[in-house]
Amino acid sequence: MKSLRIKLWLIAVITVLAALIDLPQSFPVEIPWGKQTLKRIIQAPRINLNLGSFSLQKSFDTRLGLDLSGGTHLVLQAEMDKISSPDRQKAFDSAKSTIERRINLFGLTEPVVQQAKVGDNYRIIVEIPGVTDINQAIDLIGTTAQLTFREEATSQASEATPSSFLEVWPKDSGLTGNNLIRSQVSYDTNTGSPQVALEFDSIGAKLFEQITSRNTGKTIAIFLDDQLLSAPKVNEPITGGQAVIQGQFTTAQAKELSVLLNAGALPVPLKIVQQRQIGATLGRETIDKSIFAGIIGMITVAAFMVFNYGLLGLVADIALIIYSLIVWAIFKTLPVTLTLAGIAGFILSIGMAVDANILIFERMKEELSWGKDYFTGLKLGFDRAFPSIRDSNISSLITCAILYWFGTGIIRGFAITLSVGIIVSLFSAVTVSRTLLQLLYKD
Amino acid sequence: MYDLIGKKWWFFIFSGIIIIPGIISLILWGLTFSIDFTGGSLLELKFTEKNNQPDKSKLEKIIRENKLELVSLTQTGGNTYLVRLKPIDKDQNENFQKELNKQFGQVEELRFEIVGPTIGKETTGNAVKAVIFASVAIIIYITLSFRHIPKPYSSWKFGISAVAALIHDVLLVLGVFSIFGHFLKVEIDSLFITALLTVMGFSVHDSIVVFDRIRENLTKSTGTFSEIVNNSLLQTLARSLSTSLTVLLTLTALLLFTGESIRWFIIALLIGIASGTYSSIFNAAPLLVLWEEKKKS
Repeated sequence: MKSLRIKLWLIAVITVLAALIDLPQSFPVEIPWGKQTLKRIIQAPRINLNLGSFSLQKSFDTRLGLDLSGGTHLVLQAEMDKISSPDRQKAFDSAKSTIERRINLFGLTEPVVQQAKVGDNYRIIVEIPGVTDINQAIDLIGTTAQLTFREEATSQASEATPSSFLEVWPKDSGLTGNNLIRSQVSYDTNTGSPQVALEFDSIGAKLFEQITSRNTGKTIAIFLDDQLLSAPKVNEPITGGQAVIQGQFTTAQAKELSVLLNAGALPVPLKIVQQRQIGATLGRETIDKSIFAGIIGMITVAAFMVFNYGLLGLVADIALIIYSLIVWAIFKTLPVTLTLAGIAGFILSIGMAVDANILIFERMKEELSWGKDYFTGLKLGFDRAFPSIRDSNISSLITCAILYWFGTGIIRGFAITLSVGIIVSLFSAVTVSRTLLQLLYKD
Repeated sequence: MYDLIGKKWWFFIFSGIIIIPGIISLILWGLTFSIDFTGGSLLELKFTEKNNQPDKSKLEKIIRENKLELVSLTQTGGNTYLVRLKPIDKDQNENFQKELNKQFGQVEELRFEIVGPTIGKETTGNAVKAVIFASVAIIIYITLSFRHIPKPYSSWKFGISAVAALIHDVLLVLGVFSIFGHFLKVEIDSLFITALLTVMGFSVHDSIVVFDRIRENLTKSTGTFSEIVNNSLLQTLARSLSTSLTVLLTLTALLLFTGESIRWFIIALLIGIASGTYSSIFNAAPLLVLWEEKKKS
C-alpha cells in the first residue's frame, strides 16, 4: 500500500501545481474572517530563478491566437528570382529581420514574425495582435529595403543642434546597397574579436575608395530605411572593395549588423499573398461563449457519468477536473497559442478523456456480472480495457501528427491541443481514477 | 443473444440511403470552397448609418463601377454584408472603401482577407495529402497492433475494414456539406478539414475498440467467426453508445452556446461522429464477417 500513498501524493502535488499555474493574472479573493474580511489578490506564479550563470524567467500567460485577440495576419512572399541560390537563405534571413525592425518601429505589440519555406517559396508570416489601423505598417512592411551610405557635413555647414541622424550625415554618398555584394561576420586575425566584413562590387569598390579618401578621419553612416545602423570611422582610404567594421561587438551583435546590411545588399521584393484582419469583438465574445459552452459541456458529461455509473462516475468526474486543470496548465506553460479551433479541440478532448473511463467501467460491469468480486473486477476492468484505450488513442495521436505536419495555423493549433488532451487523458483516466478507486476499495 | 450480424445487409442498405443523396449532390454540384482554397478576397462590411442602408443591387453596382470582380454577395445580418471577390490589393480595397463611405456614410470593415491563388492551391493539396496519409497510417498501425491475432485471420483486413468505415463517414460529411453548400451557401474552409480529420480519428477510435474485443474473444471463445463478432459487438455496444453520447453532449453545448464562427465546424463534427459510431458498429465489423464468409465459399 506504500506505492499507493506515493501515487496519491504525486497526483495531489501535480494537481495543486497545475491549479496554481491556472490562476488568472489577478484574482481577488475575499474571505470573511471573524468581523474582518480578509482581502487578498491571488495570481499565477512567476518563476524567477538565478543560479550562478543559469537563470530562468517564466510567467504563465494564456496566449491567444489572432482569431481570438483580433489582429492582422500577413503572409509575404519573398521573390528570389534575382538572388543566386547560395545567397537565398541569407537574403531570406535579412528580409525577416528587416520586417521585424519595421514593425517595432511602429510600436506594434508582440508581433510574431516567422519564416516558412514551402518548396521553392520563401515566405514570411507576420502576425500582429491588436486592432489598430495598420495599413501604414503594412505598406512599409511590404517595401524593399533601402541601404544608403552617407557622409558627414562639412564643418561650416553642420548644424548646431541636429534634430535627426540624417542631419548629422546630410550628404548622400551615392553608394547604396546595390553596390554591396554581401556582408558577413569575420574575426580580427590579431585580436580574434568579431567584426563585420563588407564586400563591394567593382563600381562600389571605386566609389568606396573615393568616399573613404574624402572622409579619412571622419565617420561614414550606414542607413537602412532612413534608420541609422552604424557609423564607423574611416581610418584610411580603402581600396579593393573589401572593408571591415570594427567595434566592441559581441558575435551576436556583429551577426545582427551583418544580417541588416545584407537586407540592403540582397534586397528581396516582398509581395503580400495573404492578409487577414480580424476584429476584436468577434474574439472577446467567442472566448466568453466558448468558456461557457465548455463549462456546460463538462457539467452535462459529469452528470451523465454519475447517473450511469454512480460512485464510479463521481471518481471519473474528479479525474476529469484534474484532467482539465493539468491540460490548461500545460497550455499556459508551453505556451500553446489558443485559437478557436484549439478551444474546440480542448473541449472535444474532454469527451475523449471520459471515453477511457467508460471503457474501464463497462468492462468492470461485465467482469462483475460474470461473478467476480469487486476488487478483482476493478483490477480486471483496468487491465483488460487498457489495450483498446492504448490502441485507439495512439491512432488519434497519429492523426494529430499528420494534421500538424500538413496543416498550417488553425489546423496546427487544433492538433496540438487535441494531442495534449489525449496524452493527459491517459494519465487522468487511467492513473488518477485507478488510484482513487483503489483508495476507496482497499482491503 | 441478439443477432446483429444477421441483419448486416439492412445496415449496409441504411448506410447507402444516408450516403447516396450526398454523393449525387457531390456529382451534380460539387463542393462550395471558401477562399482558403480558391484564393480571393473577402470583405465583411457593417453599415452603421440606419437611415442610409444599401441594398444588394446598389452594392453590386458600386462593385462593378470599381472594376472589382464579384464572386458572391450575401447579407449576413441586419446591416452586415459579406462580399467575396477575386483577389484585390490594398489600394483597390481603399478606393472601394472610399466609394462606400461617400455613398453610405460610415462603413465598418469587420473583416478583410486576401488569399493568393498559390496559397489556395497549397491548402487544397495539403488537405488531400493529410486525408490520404492519415488513412494509410491508420491501416499500417492497425495491421501492426493486431498482428498477434490467431490464424487464419489476417490483421490487415481489420485495418482495411476500419478505413472502409472511415471512408463511409468522410463521404457522408462531404455529401451533407455539398448539399448545405448548394442550398445554404455553406463553405468548405480549413476548419472544415480539421473537422473531417477529427471525424476520421474518432471513427477509427470506435472501430479499434470493437476490433480489440474481437481480438480478445478470438483467443478465448469458441464458435464461428460470425458468432464471435456478434458477441463482441454486443459487449462493446454500451461503451460505444455512452462514449458517443458524451462527445455529442459536449458538441451540443458548443453548438448551442458558441457563435456563428464555428457553427458549421461543430455541425460537421456532430454528423461525422454520430456516423463514426454507426459505421464502426454496423459497417466495420459486419464487413469483416462478410469478407471471411466470402473467403470460405
